[in-house]
Amino acid sequence: MLGQIAYALPFLAQGFALTLWVSLLVVVLSLIAGVILGVGLVYGPTPVRWAVRIFSDTIRGIPILVLIFFVYYGLPAVGIHLQSFWAAVLALTLFKTAQVVEYLRGAVASIPKGQSEAAMAIGLTFRQRLAYVIFPQAFRRFLPPWINGVTDAVKGSALVSLLGITDLMQAINQVIGRTYEAMPLYILGALIYFAVNYALSYASRRLERRFAFIRD
Amino acid sequence: MASSNKPPVLLDIAEVSKSFGAVNVLRSVSLTVDKGEVVTIIGPSGSGKTTLLRCVNFLESYDSGSIRIDGKEVGFRPGPARDSGARQRRSERDLASMRAETGMVFQGFNLFPHLTAAGNIMLGLTKVRGKSSAEARSIAEHWLGRVGLGHKADSLPAELSGGQQQRVGIARAVAMEPKILLLDEITSALDPELVGEVLAVVRSLAEDGMTMVMVTHEMAFARDASSRIVFMADGGVSAVGPPKEVLAAETTNERLRAFLARFRASHF
Ligand SMILES: Nc1ncnc2c1ncn2[C@@H]1O[C@H](COP(=O)(O)OP(=O)(O)OP(=O)(O)O)[C@@H](O)[C@H]1O
Ligand SMILES: [Mg+2]
Repeated sequence: MLGQIAYALPFLAQGFALTLWVSLLVVVLSLIAGVILGVGLVYGPTPVRWAVRIFSDTIRGIPILVLIFFVYYGLPAVGIHLQSFWAAVLALTLFKTAQVVEYLRGAVASIPKGQSEAAMAIGLTFRQRLAYVIFPQAFRRFLPPWINGVTDAVKGSALVSLLGITDLMQAINQVIGRTYEAMPLYILGALIYFAVNYALSYASRRLERRFAFIRD
Repeated sequence: MASSNKPPVLLDIAEVSKSFGAVNVLRSVSLTVDKGEVVTIIGPSGSGKTTLLRCVNFLESYDSGSIRIDGKEVGFRPGPARDSGARQRRSERDLASMRAETGMVFQGFNLFPHLTAAGNIMLGLTKVRGKSSAEARSIAEHWLGRVGLGHKADSLPAELSGGQQQRVGIARAVAMEPKILLLDEITSALDPELVGEVLAVVRSLAEDGMTMVMVTHEMAFARDASSRIVFMADGGVSAVGPPKEVLAAETTNERLRAFLARFRASHF
């Protein structure tokens, strides 16, 4: 049994690498998109605010599974053909982006108005106010839910196996298909996911402590 | 009168009106402040004192009239179409650089909690004035020394008392070398025993010739430190003149007399 699993390890490792790659792409892309849209939601002119609001509410109202199938099977209908890998990354990114938008909005809204005004009063431009006054303070509130969201993204990436992409989950299923060693392999898989997310939570707690400079 | 004797007008507020929805908060307010003057605004709650100050550095826009600092219109670009209602708001960059010329000190201090006392002062110096951080640091230390906080340069706001925070707030504003300093009830949030240390700083700035417009309920201080006192009521300037005149008990201005009477009853 162990021999068979050991034999399958390189294959599992490849799946694991793909899981990490998908997660990394989703986390980075959604962070960039979410922060941009979040700033639009908080500070943008009314049409922009509405557009972001509708985007965020719609996406968050759709189960992630439906979103994945929608992107994979629905987009070709309008002439957009994506490889299953990129369809999965896009769907997960959309989902995550809507969450990042909300974290950002919440974090920025928690900063008192007087901070922006003080920053304006010394002559900082909008971008400078965000960069030097608002974001550094909002960061501490943004971090905990966002890290939570990152661990969700790692777990959620297992859904890409539904599109036939060989991530860790799919690799495990395939090895089980060959070896019939379901329990040990699922336990191994659970341990790997757990280890990654534990490491993330640990890093998050360290970061939060580092940024605990603001009284509440 | 020879114009060479009279200090130039620095702040020129002309017929400024503003409403929030249906409420007319400012009704055709006109006021000029000469260079080096200390003008104190008093008046009942809701009379528009804060709103007027906020219009001067364009934290608040105004509906009509004009506000000029050193001849330059605050908030709007000059243009022939101005009076036809087609005023054009200045660009973000333009607004920012104009705001850098007016210092503001807030009732609630509004220090940046993630920066030290020196860091609060250095931010504008480095990002707006383009000074090196070494230069900014030495300016920050100079001003912290001036407000009696030379030893607190590396303290975070949370580690300072209210009076100390407000003195950092003043240092942050004046370090930018503004043409005019706006102070809105800067001692109202302080415990009584901390008010004196903050007012002493304001007084020393006045002695240095800093042009100031302040809103305060500290009547004794207003009387001693101001060149002129403005009494606002219902969004308009109801009385203006030297402290002795405006604060005289025998004033013929009914509203002012009522205000002062109520004020004396509650504050002395
Ligand atoms: N952002 C706002 N939106 C709507 N109404 C406002 C706003 N800011 C001020 N007001 C109203 O404008 C009027 C003038 O307010 P302002 O704060 O200028 O008065 P004030 O003279 O500073 O009063 P106080 O002595 O209480 O500070 C008040 O009726 C107030 O309710
Ligand atoms: Mg006020």
